[in-house]
Amino acid sequence: MSPPGGQSPASTPLLRVEHLTMRFGGLTAVDDVSFEAADRQITAIIGPNGAGKTTVFNCLTGFYKPTVGRLTLEHPDRGRHLLERMEGYQIPQHAGVARTFQNIRLFGAMSVLENLVVAQHNALMRASGYTFTGLLGGRGYRRAEREAVELARYWLDLVRLTDRADEPAGSLPYGGQRRLEIARAMCTRPVLLCLDEPAAGLNPRESAELRDLLLHIRDRERVGLLLIEHDMTVVMSISDHIVVLDYGRKIADGEPREIRDDPNVIRAYLGEEEDEALPPEVVADRQSARQPGC
Amino acid sequence: MTATVQTPGRAATPPPRPLDRRRLLVDAALTALVVLALSFALVGFKIEDVPGGLDLLLRFDDVVVAAALAFLVRLGVDLLGAGRPLPVLATSLALAGALAGLLVAEQGQTEPGALTRWLPFGAVVVDWLVVMIALGFAARAAADLWRRRATVAPVATEASTIAATLRVATRVLGPLLLGVAVTLPFLPEVDRRILDIAILVVTYVMLGWGLNIVVGLAGLLDLGYVAFYAVGAYSYALLAQSFGFGFWTCLPFAGIMAGFAGILLGFPVLRLRGDYLAIVTLGFGEIVRVVLLNWYQFTGGPDGISGIPRPTFFGLELTRTASGGGETFHGFFGLTYSPTDRIIYLYYIVLALALLTNAFTMRIRKLPIGRAWEALREDEIACRSLGINPRNTKLTAFSIGAMFGGFGGAFFATRQGFISPESFTFIESAIILAIVVLGGMGSQIGVVFAAVLLIGLPEIFRDLQQYRMLAFGGAMVVIMLWRPRGLLARRRPTIHLPPEGAGR
Repeated sequence: MSPPGGQSPASTPLLRVEHLTMRFGGLTAVDDVSFEAADRQITAIIGPNGAGKTTVFNCLTGFYKPTVGRLTLEHPDRGRHLLERMEGYQIPQHAGVARTFQNIRLFGAMSVLENLVVAQHNALMRASGYTFTGLLGGRGYRRAEREAVELARYWLDLVRLTDRADEPAGSLPYGGQRRLEIARAMCTRPVLLCLDEPAAGLNPRESAELRDLLLHIRDRERVGLLLIEHDMTVVMSISDHIVVLDYGRKIADGEPREIRDDPNVIRAYLGEEEDEALPPEVVADRQSARQPGC
Repeated sequence: MTATVQTPGRAATPPPRPLDRRRLLVDAALTALVVLALSFALVGFKIEDVPGGLDLLLRFDDVVVAAALAFLVRLGVDLLGAGRPLPVLATSLALAGALAGLLVAEQGQTEPGALTRWLPFGAVVVDWLVVMIALGFAARAAADLWRRRATVAPVATEASTIAATLRVATRVLGPLLLGVAVTLPFLPEVDRRILDIAILVVTYVMLGWGLNIVVGLAGLLDLGYVAFYAVGAYSYALLAQSFGFGFWTCLPFAGIMAGFAGILLGFPVLRLRGDYLAIVTLGFGEIVRVVLLNWYQFTGGPDGISGIPRPTFFGLELTRTASGGGETFHGFFGLTYSPTDRIIYLYYIVLALALLTNAFTMRIRKLPIGRAWEALREDEIACRSLGINPRNTKLTAFSIGAMFGGFGGAFFATRQGFISPESFTFIESAIILAIVVLGGMGSQIGVVFAAVLLIGLPEIFRDLQQYRMLAFGGAMVVIMLWRPRGLLARRRPTIHLPPEGAGR
């Protein structure tokens, strides 16, 4: 599953996470995690419930300030950004990190198209002269808005929502909302797209479509993808690189093939090896006991 | 009064079921009892001002009549629900006919009060209200009867027809209302009283539109909007008093001052949402009022500020005689002086201010900042994840909403000629907020309807006296039951996908 075109994975990583630690009072949600994510590759973060995956995302996208650690993003045009020092809203604006949410967060009452135009807020804000010239109806703003709509149309076509563009986003079916959220994140023109369980709640057909969409984004757009996912068929079939977390620690890091055979990962997901001798209901009990919830 | 939505399991008119008389009577009796208990103290006793002190007026007859009416209403509702419209139709028509006859006869009576004791209530307007309710029941019963006769295929549901009518209505109504508003002073039958009410209504329409930016678009629940109104009014009054500036010079300053007050309020509440935000804004409104009340040297405290100059028409005064060597409007144009001219001028000023507010809001909704406000209302966290700066977005919403409040305040000051902190109490904020919420959050034309309903009708029905606020509350409850998201809650997208290849 190497990326097409035989890219060299040795090039400078898009994102470098070093010694990331996040404590909430006495609870250490993420403990000294380091990994890298490359441009035009899909890096998956997997692990049992409560392993700290979403916390890593929240640190990356500025919703939490990490207790310890350095998060370096190498923007191909705008240079190096240290994400842990930036305000939450500046990370998508300057560093080009976009994200989706585990529980979809669309602007429900606004139309599908408006959702995609809002995502281009900062570019349009500049074009409208920070509202002042826009109020007078400058030509520059009208052109910028037309371009914004064209970018939105490109993504609407890709996620097959073009004919529902004027409907409220909240009225879309679940799968459509998931796709729209990805399209909205891409409309911010990111260099790193963080997807938090994009396949959750999708049926097998929809999740196959999602797989195609993510591969399309990886191959056609200049972005790296960071993916949290529980659906192992999705993870194993599209990931170029997998990071496994358990109890906030990184327990494995490598290509899907290596991860599948890694004894630490098998232990984290299926329990200790001697469990195999135990009756199945005990194994199930132990597994549910490992899930403290997010 | 409930809108029946036709579902496969339930026909619009329920088929007649065996009637449980005992249950019906018990139900109606219980309702009457509740009304009796509620109105015993509220309606039964009235304190009256009589020469030499207060007197307690007993009105138990009204209480009994109210309970009896409640009994009948409940019985009527139950009978309609059980599919027995015929007795309801007969009773309500008889009741309405008898009452209306009495009321008409009463009006023709040379000696007033001869027939009054036969009327259920002392106040004539309340009696007419009873007639209306009876007619409403009759109409509903007749509709039920007609629907039962006509065994045709199910027609469009009541709810969807209402929605469709409203949709057409809003498209036609906007220009129509604008036309009426512009020509109002020259329509026949429009006297000074109507113009005064119109000025009041348009002022509240403007304030509603201003608050709509904060509450309807940005979703920031502001219970202290009157603070900005006060800041605008005092800015103008103090600038005029201290430096002798005129209305038009001060108007932008009043707006700017109020806008700054908006930013001042915005900073501490940036992290708050929903209920917490509402409480802080409520406190802010009170703080401004208390400061105005206590800073005696600056604001005059409870004495207020009087002698605030009237607006001029490009330097021409709209008075009988010009003050200090100026020229008068009627003198300059060679017209005869009419005191109504000034009122008409005030009306057009506030109309222009209101239309400016509306045009601004319509325009800014289509700009990135307006869309960001709406996005902020929908989901602040998602906004941050898209690189929208929530602090700046919120502050602009607060300050721009406040600016229009300031314009409204300056107009209020120039219209009244006198302001004091008493004009800027919490109830004003509550009324403006009620206009926005009842109109349908974010709906511009809804605000107009709600303002007419909440400000215009109480003024017209001043004869209702103590029942006025009751009717006010009742209207609000009915609207919220009938259309819980406001009168016109339909949101139109600010941008549409043009057809492929268009506009290139």
